[in-house]
Amino acid sequence: MSDDILISADRLTVGYPLGNSILRKSVLKAVNEVSVHIERGSFFGLVGESGSGKTTLGRALLKAAPITEGRAIYRDDEVEYDLSTLDGAELKDYRKRAQLIFQDPYAALSPRMTVRDIIAEPLEVMGLTASRQETDERVREIAAKCRLNLEHLRRFPHAFSGGQRQRISIARALVSGPKFVVADESVAALDVSIQADVLNLLKQLQSDLGLTFMFISHDLSVVAHTCDHVAVMYLGRLVESAPTRKLFAMPRHPYTRALFSAIPSLDPDDRGKAQKLEGEIPSPLNQPPGCKFHTRCPNAIDRCKREEPRLEDPGDGHEVSCHRWRELLETVPA
Amino acid sequence: MSSLIDVENLTLQFRTDEGLVTAVDDVSFSLAKGEVIGLVGESGSGKSVTAKSLMHLNARNALYAPQSKITLYTDAGEVDVLSLRTARELNVVRGGAISMIFQEPMASFAPAITIGSQMVEQLQLHGDMSKAQARKISVEMLDRVGISDPHKRIDQFAFELSGGMRQRAMIAMALSTQPKLLIADEPTTALDVTIQAQVIDLMKDLVNEFHMGIIFITHDLGVVAQTADKVCVMYLGRMVEEGPVREVIRHPKHPYTRGLIQALPRLDDLDSPLTPVPGDIPSPLERPSGCVFHTRCQEILGDICKSALPHDTQLDATHRVACHLHDTKEVGA
Ligand SMILES: Nc1ncnc2c1ncn2[C@@H]1O[C@H](COP(=O)(O)OP(=O)(O)O)[C@@H](O)[C@H]1O
Ligand SMILES: Nc1ncnc2c1ncn2[C@@H]1O[C@H](COP(=O)(O)OP(=O)(O)O)[C@@H](O)[C@H]1O
Ligand code: SF4
Ligand code: SF4
Ligand SMILES: [Mg+2]
Ligand SMILES: [Mg+2]
Repeated sequence: MSDDILISADRLTVGYPLGNSILRKSVLKAVNEVSVHIERGSFFGLVGESGSGKTTLGRALLKAAPITEGRAIYRDDEVEYDLSTLDGAELKDYRKRAQLIFQDPYAALSPRMTVRDIIAEPLEVMGLTASRQETDERVREIAAKCRLNLEHLRRFPHAFSGGQRQRISIARALVSGPKFVVADESVAALDVSIQADVLNLLKQLQSDLGLTFMFISHDLSVVAHTCDHVAVMYLGRLVESAPTRKLFAMPRHPYTRALFSAIPSLDPDDRGKAQKLEGEIPSPLNQPPGCKFHTRCPNAIDRCKREEPRLEDPGDGHEVSCHRWRELLETVPA
Repeated sequence: MSSLIDVENLTLQFRTDEGLVTAVDDVSFSLAKGEVIGLVGESGSGKSVTAKSLMHLNARNALYAPQSKITLYTDAGEVDVLSLRTARELNVVRGGAISMIFQEPMASFAPAITIGSQMVEQLQLHGDMSKAQARKISVEMLDRVGISDPHKRIDQFAFELSGGMRQRAMIAMALSTQPKLLIADEPTTALDVTIQAQVIDLMKDLVNEFHMGIIFITHDLGVVAQTADKVCVMYLGRMVEEGPVREVIRHPKHPYTRGLIQALPRLDDLDSPLTPVPGDIPSPLERPSGCVFHTRCQEILGDICKSALPHDTQLDATHRVACHLHDTKEVGA
């Protein structure tokens, strides 16, 4: 594993056992043999329709979903952990290095907690500070970095706007001083006017604090503007993965192309130009044979129904998993 | 084009423990038959409250100012919506001439009743027909919106359907009574872009087929560009700009509209920085004086914006804006 990689997953699988019938145990594979390498200090984007396994992959890398096959290695300047076997004191240590930004933390918190208490809770739970004074100091420090008004620390969050709440949520995730942060749909519920502000803040924090982000979003425009690298998931599989510019300049996978095409254009004269993707993502319990995308793919051929394509890197760092990507690049313009 | 609904000087406050909250302030607009209006603005700007007013559907603590007037034009004549009182009278607008669909389809379905029973019940309430006829129409409508096996689906519960199918079933139910006006309140916000594109397509087809007017509420200007004829932009209860979709998106005249468009992450320009509208939307309990947008406006002119309410300026026959930057044009006009 090279020095500039923070997290490296190798054929990582998350399987959930379902209803143990006597004859056979069925397993729901929410993430299926996914390999990714996340560079230190990068903004790694993860996209795909809901149900594609984005949240589960993020949680697996945070050691909050079970890695049932394959493995994932985390390595920073101080430690190296194998996430598939991590436990005990090392797991405790990993919790402060890897954190999740909740979309709306208040859903899970007592409305009687002040902003200060919300941000301080991870420090207290993990016992990272020796005194209340030290806790307060850390809270103030991170709150300032997240551009929160320090006078607001004594208030209750219900009074705050969506943008302010999201900044509180970010401060809570960063207070333990993590190196790896998963932001799962962190701006999805925000108005565009405020979304830009939160995205700019995340970028600022990344460079100030040397963070590595996994940025999960169903909004491709947001991902295009925020991430250095983008991975596209479908039904638990990684179907395409590339540096952002490459991916958006020339998407290779029919699914990625369909996702791009579905984004409503801001040009009223572009109406009806979108190539529509029919149907919906199948249930992971009822996975099609062959290429998982063949039931909806406009380019599917017989081979696709039988044989599953593998993720390949043709040598330019732009990985794709499709039998026909080369031929389609020439014949079907993106 | 003949008017389907006229909204004049709609002003609405809510009585709350903390005092009177102004949700809609002197809003006027018209919708023609077969026209699609995109209603945009950030959360709290009064979009949903405005839309619900058209069905006289706001909460009990709502207080309509006396000058507010909503006129619906039906085949049977004009209806003064805000004067409707009894459930019987209100049936004309609720689910009759006007139907509404929501972001969360489950909000339209009663959890313990099958999709079919609910559709039949609604059809019988609004039209003189037998149960068998109502069921037949319901099946046809489910089929029309692209639900496979409509004969089977009709006896299922909404929660048994996938997200996209539920959205379609909700649309089928809303349209089965053949309303003249469909209000769609963020119907695609929670959907994946792929399913959103399908639902938008379906809605466009249905508008053409049934020649309905639509008020499409969304915060996504891309969705507006793809669906609307006309755009209305709201901020803190005020309608700050109204015009044809091409005009408003290409040549926005209100600083708030310009801000919303600049804040969008655009796929055709990955190098441009993201520019937020600075600051947060103020609490409705602390409405700014003068122009309600002045606390966040980057083109603020000075004291006049802080003290005087900008009035509508008609830039041309179809484009109007409420901002002091355009006051002079009114004098010239
Ligand atoms: N704890 C769990 N038990 C069983 N199935 C799960 C669990 N968590 C997620 N899933 C399933 O795994 C699939 C992927 O889910 P998720 O990772 O949430 O996708 P995404 O974030 O891309 O929407 C879905 O079909 C979901 O229902
Ligand atoms: N029943 C109610 N009681 C008090 N205030 C309300 C009620 N319904 C809406 N409001 C207020 O009216 C304003 C406009 O709300 P709404 O129309 O829902 O905004 P939007 O749909 O644009 O997000 C908000 O400030 C909201 O809090
Ligand atoms: S392998 Fe076949 S079905 Fe799968 S994406 Fe490629 S062309 Fe489509
Ligand atoms: S009236 Fe003044 S504050 Fe309001 S939008 Fe126009 S320039 Fe800005
Ligand atoms: Mg998710
Ligand atoms: Mg609303």
